[in-house]
Formats: sequence, structure tokens, C-alpha cells
Amino acid sequence: MGKIQLRDVNKSFGATNVIPKVNLDIENGEFVVFVGPSGCGKSTLLRLIAGLEDTTSGTISIDGRDVTGEAPAKRKLAMVFQSYALYPHMTVAKNIAFPLKMAGEDQAAIDKKVSEAARVLNLTNYLERRPGQLSGGQRQRVAIGRAIVRQPSAFLFDEPLSNLDAALRGTMRLEISELHHQLGTTMIYVTHDQVEAMTMADKIVVLNAGNIEQVGSPMELYRSPRNIFVAGFIGSPKMNLVEGPPAEKHGAKTVGFRPEHIAISTTEGEYQGKVGVAEHLGSDTFVHVHTDALGTMNVRADGEIPVHHGDTVWLTPDPAKIHRFGKDGLAL
Amino acid sequence: MARAVTTQTKVGNTVVAWIIALLIFFPILYTIITSLKTEQEAIAGFSLIPSFTFESYQAVQSQNDYFKPFMNSVILAVGSTILALIVAIPAAWAMAFNPTKRTKDILMWMLSTKMMPAVAVLVPIYLIFLNTGLMDTRFGLTILLMLINLPIVVWMLYTYFREIPGEILEAARMDGATLWGEIWYVLTPMAVPGIASTLLLNIILAWNESFWTIQLTTTNAAPLTAFIASFSSPQGLFWAKLSAASTLAIAPILIMGWFSQKQLVRGLTFGAVK
Ligand SMILES: Nc1ncnc2c1ncn2[C@@H]1O[C@H](COP(=O)(O)OP(=O)(O)O)[C@@H](O)[C@H]1O
Ligand SMILES: [Mg+2]
Repeated sequence: MGKIQLRDVNKSFGATNVIPKVNLDIENGEFVVFVGPSGCGKSTLLRLIAGLEDTTSGTISIDGRDVTGEAPAKRKLAMVFQSYALYPHMTVAKNIAFPLKMAGEDQAAIDKKVSEAARVLNLTNYLERRPGQLSGGQRQRVAIGRAIVRQPSAFLFDEPLSNLDAALRGTMRLEISELHHQLGTTMIYVTHDQVEAMTMADKIVVLNAGNIEQVGSPMELYRSPRNIFVAGFIGSPKMNLVEGPPAEKHGAKTVGFRPEHIAISTTEGEYQGKVGVAEHLGSDTFVHVHTDALGTMNVRADGEIPVHHGDTVWLTPDPAKIHRFGKDGLAL
Repeated sequence: MARAVTTQTKVGNTVVAWIIALLIFFPILYTIITSLKTEQEAIAGFSLIPSFTFESYQAVQSQNDYFKPFMNSVILAVGSTILALIVAIPAAWAMAFNPTKRTKDILMWMLSTKMMPAVAVLVPIYLIFLNTGLMDTRFGLTILLMLINLPIVVWMLYTYFREIPGEILEAARMDGATLWGEIWYVLTPMAVPGIASTLLLNIILAWNESFWTIQLTTTNAAPLTAFIASFSSPQGLFWAKLSAASTLAIAPILIMGWFSQKQLVRGLTFGAVK
């Protein structure tokens, strides 16, 4: 089981209030991603759940049990750190076995669980190596192995992929998602990368300066961002946000057009502009268009389109997919 | 071309390193050479070739007992070092892993006590020793040497502990380790090299400490430093005997240093090289 509840959780470091007040429910078996810009308090929130930091006020409960004052060891959570935090003086086998040893399990059971975890994670041939003799991806898998053997009630990941190169990050992302399907255990995953959030999460929690901006499924956040911050943060490339007359025309302070919801044409359309940079990726084309009415707009077109630097083009936002925001920044 | 430059640089570095090493080692070497001379040769002037006589060693042995000051040196050096570690390890842990705003100030304040010449506190310490009956006792001197070297021990350990990433300790906590488990299974094995080199270096420092050991002892607690000093008598200097005594005094620590040089080099360059 792994149902986690945060009630009025507040955290200050000295005079700096990092997490003003957070209320959050995480259901059993959910894959929850905390996403937000660097320094917004994602790690702090995760460490509060882990018990590595004490709350200043508020309560945290796991499966209905108040754990606010409990030591990390008692909470039955496993954590994978950004730096992997493997024990450098122990072999891979000893690293994975460590939580079991601390739990006082007998050696035969430990050996069985370690070899099973090693098999799942493709580490069988590396069990006698030290962490220093492994690649980044392998170290990451050892860290995950150490987390899964104890069958925790939830897994906590703090930016586990940010030290890996792009290709490996993609593979590990799939492996972690796969693991979640296999185990069905609650996972809380912290990242600043909205692509990771969108691809892995059942539920995304968007954080900004210690406040929860919005909670929802990836598609909910994509389709109906609650405010300008979420609109700008979720989606890649970023949503184009425009103020002034074009927004007033739609009865809003700010309007947002997603790059993929703008039609681009070399002959006709709503707004005229000149192509700055056109990035041709084959599968997509990203075009930066300088317009008089809207400023610089990012546009994404499917496949290959014949536009180049200096061309005159016309942009037409899809009227059904325009996001409107009021003076307070909230969606209208 | 590039390779030639590298080789030249290497040769140059090696030569410079050897010259510096010989310059540093020369006083010790000359002490050993002098100890193998007769007293006449010793006063006669600079010469690198002794007559290889052991008469000074025999004289030193018959004149003064070597074994007792040797044992005193061992007790003082090892005892004060172990006491210092017992006090310094918790202190350094606390400062490295739970620093406060004042931690840096405390460290600096500790170190500042080493910036004062020892003689500045000679009178108060002398009086304390006199009035508490600690004069010429191994116990008093062990405590004093411990206190004198404590700032350095804390600093060294603090530097080592700081290199241990806090996340690893947190991982142990998440893995269900108790505080004791965390210290025993994770912290200690990772810190052993640092603790070992701190221990070795501090033994050397305590072994060679000569100001307090000479001031505060007469016979009972006198270590080898006092043993050397007893040969520079007011009746006249006996260079060869003095050198023989010095050689005997530094020999044990030199041998220990030789066998543990890997540890020591690692210890002294830890923060810098990684
Ligand atoms: N131990 C600490 N002491 C003081 N400030 C801290 C501490 N840990 C984090 N902070 C501050 O809290 C804020 C949030 O940090 P963090 O949770 O690490 O952000 P994120 O993981 O989202 O990048 C930052 O401004 C950071 O400087
Ligand atoms: Mg972080």
C-alpha cells in the first residue's frame, strides 16, 4: 500500500519559507511527478515525505498513519537519489542487499532477492563489481535495485536521470515506467523536465516557488492549464503567450497559442510575418516567425514544409484551441 | 615534438623534486653521518664521510637509559592521539554533516589557538601542572599533547568527512539503517583512510613535540625529545653523541613513516587531489 497525504505542510529553512503550504493526496499505485523550475522546492517536498527533512508545520500521513515525526527508516519508503548515492566500498550485490541486511533478513532470503533484482535489472554479471567500475546507467540501475528489493510502500525518485546522456535518459525513462507497471507501487518522481513529466506521469503536480500551481493528468494540464505559469511550463515547444490587442480581441488579458495549434501558410492567413529560423527535423518543422501583431511566434508544423529564413508567411491560430487568461493570470 | 617537450618537463620535474627532497632530508642525513663519527671528527668541520664508529651510540646507551624515554614517547604519542581522535571524531562529524552558521567560526577559532607561540602560555600551564601535581607525569603530558594537537585533528577529520557526500548517509537512513548502522556500515568504512592518516600524522606530531615535553618533565615522564636534550649539556657540546641520541629518537618514527607513507601522502593531499 502507498497512499500518501500532505496536510498544510510548511517548510522553512531559517527565515526562508521554501514551502508555504501544501495540500496533496497521492493515491495507492499512482505515478506522480513533481515538476517545476529549478529551486522551486521539489526536492524539499520529496525529502519531507521521505523524512530526511522535518516539517515546520503540517502533517504527512502514509496509509492513514501520521508519520510526521517518524524517522525515514520507519516510513517504508525507498529513495533513488540524483547522485545515485551508492555505497562506494560495497559491491553491487552488497549495495542491493543493504536494506535487507538492515531489516535483519536471513542470508538465504537476501541472496534470493538480490539475484532476482539483478536479473530484472540486467545486473547479474556485475554483482561483484564496485560502483566505481560501472557506467552511469548501470549505477542508476543498482540504485533502483537497492530500492526495489525491500518492497517499499512507495518509491521516491529525485531527478534520477539528470546525470545521464540524452539517449540513455530515454531508455531509463521507459525502464522506470515499465517497472511501475510491473510492481504497481506508488512512485513519486521529481524532475524539472516537463517531457519526463508528460511521458511518465499518471498525475503531474506543477510546483512554482513552493506552491502547487496545478494537479492533474498530463492531458488535463496540456488541454486546460489553470494559469499562465502552467501554460508556459507544460508543453514543448512552449506555448506562445501574447498580450495587448490580439488578446483583447478574445476578451482576455493574455492569450496563449500552442505552436502545434497554429497553421502556417505561404499564401494566406490571419497574421502576417517573416520567418526567422526554420528548424527542419524531417518529422517536424519548427519555425520562428516575427510578426507585427503578435511578436515572435514559435510554430510547429507536421513533417517537412518548404519555408526558409526571410520568407513571408501567414499564421492562423486554431480558434478552438486558444487559451485565454485574465488579469490575475488564471484561465478564463 | 609535443612528446619531446613532455619528456623534458618530466625529467626537469624529477630533478627539481630530487633536489628539494635532498635539501629537506639533508639535516637528518647529516645527523646520521655525524652520529657515526668520533667526537674529534664531529667538531673538525664539514665532512660527509664518517669513520663509521659506533662509539657514540655505546656512550649514549651507557650514559642514559634509552628504553624508558622510548616507552614514554610511545605512550605519549599514541595515547594523546587516540584521546584526540575520540574527542575529534564526534566533533568533526557534527561540523561536517550538521553545520550551523557558526561552524566556520568555530573551526577558525580552534585553529587560531595554534597561531599563538607555545611560550605565551608557558607560565599558566606550568603553574597548573605544578599545583595539580601533574608535573613530570605521563598522564598530564598525554592530556596536554592531546589538547595541543586537537585543532589539527579536528581540522583534518572535518576535511575528510566533508568529502563524504551527505546523500550516501541519507541513502543509508532511507535503507532502514539506524544511527548506529549508518555509522558502522557506511560512515566508518568510508572514513577509515582519513582516520588512519590523521592518526599517523598526529602520532608524528606528538612524537616530535619538544617544547612542552622538555619543559614539563624531568625523568619520570621524559620522552625521547628530552633524551636528546640531555646530551646538549652546559659542560660542552658533544656533537657525535647528540647526533646519535637524535638518530635513536627519530628512528622509530622514521621507520613507521616509511611503512605508512602511502597513507600519509594520501592524507596530506586528500582535499587537493581527490
Ligand atoms: N538545507 C537547506 N538550507 C537552506 N535552504 C535550502 C536548503 N535546501 C534547499 N534550500 C532552498 O530551498 C529552495 C528549494 O530547493 P530545492 O527543493 O532543492 O529545489 P528543487 O529541487 O526544486 O530544485 C531553494 O531556494 C534552496 O536554496
Ligand atoms: Mg532538486
